[in-house]
Amino acid sequence: MGVKLLLEKANVPGIRSYDVYRREGGYTTAEKALKEMSIEAIVEEVKKSGLRGRGGAGFPAGMKWSFIAKPEGLPRHLVCNADESEPGTFKDRYLMEFLPHLLIEGLLISSFALGSNDTYIYIRGEYAWVATILEEAIAEATKNGFLGKNILGTGFDCRIHVHRGAGAYICGEETALIESLEGKRGNPRIKPPFPAIQGVWMRPTVVNNVETLAAIVPIIKMGGEEYAKIGVGRSTGTKLISACGNINKPGVYEIDMTISVEDFIYSDEYCGGIANGKKLKACIPGGSSVPILPANLLLKTAKGETRYMNYESLSDGGFATGSMMGSGGFIVLDEDQCIVKNTLTLARFYRHESCGQCSPCREGTGWMEKIIQKIELGKGEISDIDLLWDIQRKIEGNTICPLGDAAAWPVAAAIRHFRDEFEWHITNRELSQTSNFGLQHYADPIHVPA
Amino acid sequence: MSLQFNNEQMTELKRLVSRYPEGKQKSALLPVLHLAQDSFGGWLPTEAMDYVAGLLSIEPIEVYEVATFYSMYNLKPVGKFVFEVCQTGPCMISGSDNIIAYIQKQLGIQPGETTKDGVFTLKLVECLGACGYAPMMQVGKVYREHLTKEKVDAIIAEYRMQVIAQN
Ligand SMILES: Cc1cc2nc3c(=O)[nH]c(=O)nc-3n(C[C@H](O)[C@H](O)[C@H](O)COP(=O)(O)O)c2cc1C
Ligand code: SF4
Ligand code: FES
Repeated sequence: MGVKLLLEKANVPGIRSYDVYRREGGYTTAEKALKEMSIEAIVEEVKKSGLRGRGGAGFPAGMKWSFIAKPEGLPRHLVCNADESEPGTFKDRYLMEFLPHLLIEGLLISSFALGSNDTYIYIRGEYAWVATILEEAIAEATKNGFLGKNILGTGFDCRIHVHRGAGAYICGEETALIESLEGKRGNPRIKPPFPAIQGVWMRPTVVNNVETLAAIVPIIKMGGEEYAKIGVGRSTGTKLISACGNINKPGVYEIDMTISVEDFIYSDEYCGGIANGKKLKACIPGGSSVPILPANLLLKTAKGETRYMNYESLSDGGFATGSMMGSGGFIVLDEDQCIVKNTLTLARFYRHESCGQCSPCREGTGWMEKIIQKIELGKGEISDIDLLWDIQRKIEGNTICPLGDAAAWPVAAAIRHFRDEFEWHITNRELSQTSNFGLQHYADPIHVPA
Repeated sequence: MSLQFNNEQMTELKRLVSRYPEGKQKSALLPVLHLAQDSFGGWLPTEAMDYVAGLLSIEPIEVYEVATFYSMYNLKPVGKFVFEVCQTGPCMISGSDNIIAYIQKQLGIQPGETTKDGVFTLKLVECLGACGYAPMMQVGKVYREHLTKEKVDAIIAEYRMQVIAQN
């Protein structure tokens, strides 16, 4: 069993309620932080922990906190990013649904450290019942003096508000989220100014992911240095992975980032192997935006070394032969899956979710979808593959927000590693409509299930 | 149809607006549009959007541009139960195509359509954050997960029963 810092109590009956959470030692860390620690000391512990943002970009949380501007007389805000819309990602939902008070305790400590008296949880609109769970937990915490005015007699006031979005992946991008919180369309802002200087209502704002903010509790509880001892290198602490696709045990797992990708997929403690006795073909290890890898490059790096479930190892080899940790959305594809079709659904997703402000993203995502659709329907030309490559390159790096890159990368990686499958679709127009390219040379031959 | 919040809905409106700073009541727009959609039959006619604009002291155009941007707001009438089936990669590789085809067959409608009796609407949507519990769909405020043909049949029957019980 690996170390569990976030989900340790997830299976305690009734842990969703304040009483049980409290009985299990909940809110004692908030008491320690608010009563015994200075703001500087809290930020220092977070810095020492090496905690990297769990929303996808992996930016060090302590450093982000130290950037927040503190002009006289202007309120500051902490905003918790619970938009969770990256395909393959459903870990924040799990945390909020089963351990709402852990998030609230993390929000309280973080709000105290950042000086946020009104903290917002921006939750994707579809998670309506999760929003209700959070509101109930907030009411309980308020009743018990952990939210509201003069918390624990410290003079610190904190209210937490749950703000439901209304269906838009782009609102997970922090500046789009801020626009949406202001009651506008989710069009990302041009940076600078950064939210830490001018965020919501032009006030200094820190946006952090749900998991990042929940991790503040174990960090303050055990101390930043102890937390940093878990994991490896710059991948400190634990990470939630939401695993899905063709595996025996889809679900949310907490890992300590020292486990190998192979163990994660095949061990019974985690994914439990590929479903229906099939073979592993490919995997998108960090949410739909990160590069897909064929089985052989997933389990071992290009140098032939074991690949591990952490930031550094997953990105080993760069985009040529590696991928990314991203949001921790781990999507497994078995031998029966068609890479062209899978890429098509992702291209459609990004076309649908583009906010439309920048032409390379707005037009490019539409073109990519159309071309892949054409190939999928057995009507493609060989030159379409180069055209796709060209379009994705022209999107990448030429847009206001990273959604453009996020749309380009999956297409680029699919062509990079599975070009022969695209070609097969084009040269076998009829066959490709009734059968699949299959496994070919992608799988590691040692993984033939018994 | 008279589009007006009742007392209870007005109280909820005030609660929503109070979460944002003085003068920033526009921030309540998304939640208030959810409230309006839930209160006025599952969709947002222009009249409802204008009403919300008045309540929040903003221009109607500010409401229209938001209502048209977000996928959860229905700008046309929908059935009593809207089946929003996820079709994105993780659900697709877990068999959502078959489920979508089966629902189409059972309800006799195409995606985007509503059954003649006005009970069901079928919509295809993008990832709902339930990829590990695929195939899945959202119906109103709940998720129906791990869908199979049998489960789809049971769900359709369940909602039909609800309609009969209400009539
Ligand atoms: C298109 C797009 C979608 C994003 N969606 C999310 C999301 O759903 N949840 C999230 O926490 N971060 C998301 N992010 C990352 C946020 O912009 C931001 O980096 C993050 O919330 C910061 O929190 P962290 O440092 O704690 O990870 C997204 C970014 C982009 C470009
Ligand atoms: S890259 Fe796409 S989503 Fe991002 S701002 Fe530009 S058009 Fe909008
Ligand atoms: S892909 Fe269907 S819920 Fe995520």
